[in-house]
Amino acid sequence: MQTVKMVVTGPFSAGKTEFIRSVSEIDVVSTERKISSEAEKVKDQTTVAMDFGRITVDDSLVLYLFGTPGQRRFDFMWEILSEGMLGFIVMVDSTRPETFREARNILETFRAYAPTPYVVAANKQDFKEAWDLDDMRIALRLDAKVKLLPCVATEKETVKGVLLELLYSILEEMDKNEAK
Amino acid sequence: MALKGNLRDFSVTQLLNLINVAQKTGTLVVEGPSEQIWVSFREGKLAFARNGQEDGSLATVLYRAKKISAAQFRAIQERAANMSDKELGLLLINANYITQQDIINSLQAYFLGVVNRLFTWVEGLFHFENDMMPPDDKITVRISLENIIIEGSRRMREWEQLQDEIPSLEVAMKFTDRPGTNIRNVNLSVEEWRVVSYINPKNTIRQVAKATNKSDLEIRKVVYGLLQAGLIELVRPEGVVQPATPAGRPALPVTNKEDQKSLINRIISRIRSI
Ligand SMILES: Nc1nc2c(ncn2[C@@H]2O[C@H](COP(=O)(O)OP(=O)(O)O)[C@@H](O)[C@H]2O)c(=O)[nH]1
Ligand SMILES: [Mg+2]
Repeated sequence: MQTVKMVVTGPFSAGKTEFIRSVSEIDVVSTERKISSEAEKVKDQTTVAMDFGRITVDDSLVLYLFGTPGQRRFDFMWEILSEGMLGFIVMVDSTRPETFREARNILETFRAYAPTPYVVAANKQDFKEAWDLDDMRIALRLDAKVKLLPCVATEKETVKGVLLELLYSILEEMDKNEAK
Repeated sequence: MALKGNLRDFSVTQLLNLINVAQKTGTLVVEGPSEQIWVSFREGKLAFARNGQEDGSLATVLYRAKKISAAQFRAIQERAANMSDKELGLLLINANYITQQDIINSLQAYFLGVVNRLFTWVEGLFHFENDMMPPDDKITVRISLENIIIEGSRRMREWEQLQDEIPSLEVAMKFTDRPGTNIRNVNLSVEEWRVVSYINPKNTIRQVAKATNKSDLEIRKVVYGLLQAGLIELVRPEGVVQPATPAGRPALPVTNKEDQKSLINRIISRIRSI
């Protein structure tokens, strides 16, 4: 049995858990805990909020989806996450511009660690206060080559769309490397 | 749809960058602690600005810029109170009181003053109204935003924000190939030009800082200004061997290319069928 991974990252509340839940065949295992008090908040910095979902591809291949907040303080997670990682998805809450800077920093941190393909999901596009994709692309400093995809994590079809676009990018990357 | 937020989280510099790069037309409305400011743009260029607390009429602007005398100002207020800015401007030019250039210069300086005021706000709700423009009888100008953005970045003092914006100095810079941008049209200081002369995907920001003898704060400020003005972008330095992932293992188990592709294709078919 072979296993491969995709990582879903992004700021708190961007929709990572919801995204994984929409396509996972098991209940998402979430290690996230509600931050209830200041004391807990401090303590919480030493724990890692992680989600874990699974898609069985066939009888010899399983895809795992990992959700992780991706802050710099979780650098050590890379040891675990990067092994067998096909690519990653950066989730951004399109309704909260105050998180764009963090999203961009997470993206840059991940990119530095893992030179694998990635896509950016502009999540919560079902809200009317969601920013336009064009504006988000500029605010997130994504160049034209990076895929920025509309997403509603609660709707399975758009989640599938994001996963598929990432997979297409992975194929393209393989073709590029082959051509070299 | 919405372009809405708080300056606390999304700065004026970032907003101007967005408006510049997306070449937006419309009005940015910002509600500060005690006043409201409207700034209008046409195709990404500053066209008009108004501070809700001030009388931004042409007569007042010209008077404050000492282009008309107190007596003239009073006469206009008495006799031409109902005249639109455009009509008044035309009248003053035809009467040889001032030149068209005086009017444009005075308005430009006034609008820039209003925009520069925004840079001092740390907080304020903003929203952008697409296609909303000042009334037709107002005189508008056309000022590109690059210089305003760079000037605004020069004033930036917040070390923490700069560090957030440019977390790593181990990245390189390259000029954007966005049409219509030309670094020669931008007013840069000698020090900034020195930095510009080192921009090359082969040099990391840290190397440029060293070569130009700049502190981390100084180099970040310059880079931030150029970045927000849409003139450069950050790239991975060329010729640097990527650090292996901490695990040191390739992402895919080493098999041949065809096996790898078939693996991805199997996942694709599976996801399509969910
Ligand atoms: N309407 C809507 N709600 C969403 C969407 N994505 C996530 N949410 C909700 O936003 C909140 C935060 O999502 P969650 O997945 O927990 O964020 P995480 O912190 O990134 O794991 C939850 O209440 C979700 O149900 C979306 O696309 N549309
Ligand atoms: Mg979660």
